[in-house]
Amino acid sequence: MSDYKTLSVADVSVGDKLPELDIDITSGLIVGGALATRDFEPVHHDKSVAQAAGLPDIFMNILTSQGLMSRFVTDWSGPEAIVKSLDVKLGAPNLPGMVMTVAGEVTACDAEAGVVDIAVTGENNIWGMHMQGSVQIVLPVEG
Amino acid sequence: MTPEEQKAFEDKLYAYVGVKVCSRKPAKDAVNETMIRHWTEVMGDNNPAYTDMEWAASSRRGRTIAPPAMMYVWNQEGYSVASSGRASDPQTDMVEFFNEHGFTGVLGTNVKQEYSREASPGDTVYVEMVIDSISERKATARGTGYFFETLATFSDQNNETLGTQRFRVLKFIPQEQPAAAADTNELQVPTRIPSPRGHDNGWWWNAVDEGKVLIQRCKSCQTLRHPPRPMCGECQSMEWDSIESTLDGEVMSYTSLRHPKIPGYPSDPICAVIKLAEGTNIVSNVVGCEFADVHIGMKLKGKVEQVDEKTMLPQFYPA
Repeated sequence: MSDYKTLSVADVSVGDKLPELDIDITSGLIVGGALATRDFEPVHHDKSVAQAAGLPDIFMNILTSQGLMSRFVTDWSGPEAIVKSLDVKLGAPNLPGMVMTVAGEVTACDAEAGVVDIAVTGENNIWGMHMQGSVQIVLPVEG
Repeated sequence: MTPEEQKAFEDKLYAYVGVKVCSRKPAKDAVNETMIRHWTEVMGDNNPAYTDMEWAASSRRGRTIAPPAMMYVWNQEGYSVASSGRASDPQTDMVEFFNEHGFTGVLGTNVKQEYSREASPGDTVYVEMVIDSISERKATARGTGYFFETLATFSDQNNETLGTQRFRVLKFIPQEQPAAAADTNELQVPTRIPSPRGHDNGWWWNAVDEGKVLIQRCKSCQTLRHPPRPMCGECQSMEWDSIESTLDGEVMSYTSLRHPKIPGYPSDPICAVIKLAEGTNIVSNVVGCEFADVHIGMKLKGKVEQVDEKTMLPQFYPA
């Protein structure tokens, strides 16, 4: 359990890139994410309803996108980071068969307060930008 | 909608600003390890702060927490949304009011969550929500509509604020859906926007489809002109023919389109005004080199290429 490392704010600089994450968008992830977030809107689990709404298949719900963005940042920061905000601009839907590449970069870092801002993008390989936003976390100030 | 109808509509619509969607009410379930584990499994989130009790006990927090991004999850209605539809509240009433007036399209555009306190298993999340703002009427790429924003405030059983969520939604009059979109199971890679082919310029694009870039020439005074148009700017003659360009060119000015990314187009395309050897200018892409390598005066050689499944376009390479 000592495997879990958390970055200290001293380890972080503006311009640092987070390790990219490729996520296979499957029906399982979309339906699983919708149910794990208790989102029973039919467009997230019923293909015929999604098609009636003009899309070829079910699509990822917002709460899953938020969850993946949060995970992407804390995978990098480590578990003692405190997430302060998730600000997401929504773009093209994520549908089964797509691959979303999540990338991030540190845009602000307050060494005294430990507050770090990270710009995150999640782009899918078919329709482009799915989500774009910023995540603010607080890191431990000492090591 | 006539201006009078629009005013009557907006008078009723803006009355929703400040209306409570729901008063402070508790979630059906307290924050619990089962729902947290379900969520972390699907998200692929191995953060021990959420699920590893042993680690958490010795962590700074001393306890596990719910993922902050689950803040909105606890108060969700659940399966009734699928089986019997959403229960009526002022927000669904407002959405219905939009729908009745043709604003049937819906698109979540922004969601911002701010967290002031972490919740742990055993805490109960309370939510209250208000319709915080409605924009003026906007023309958007999706159609004409209004943005509305709800503000949800979350608190715990001690009435301590956990955080807030602002959710911005566009309600719009949808433009015609492409009929093909719904009846295929294939994910279609979008192609570029088709060139508009009118009476005065269709011939030019038809030549591009055959691999040629033509330049219009006045039959009366021989002046070349581009883009295609009906009348000569020098002598006002409307008689014209065309010559084929050799596509030898030179960069006069250039830029790179970095934002927004447009589905179907390459990232960061280099767009240039190119002076052709024949003397006319053409706007096209510079390809086959990096943006940093492009400079004014750079010599280019163009060729007509198929750039996607449906599109032929002139593209210019370093000469």
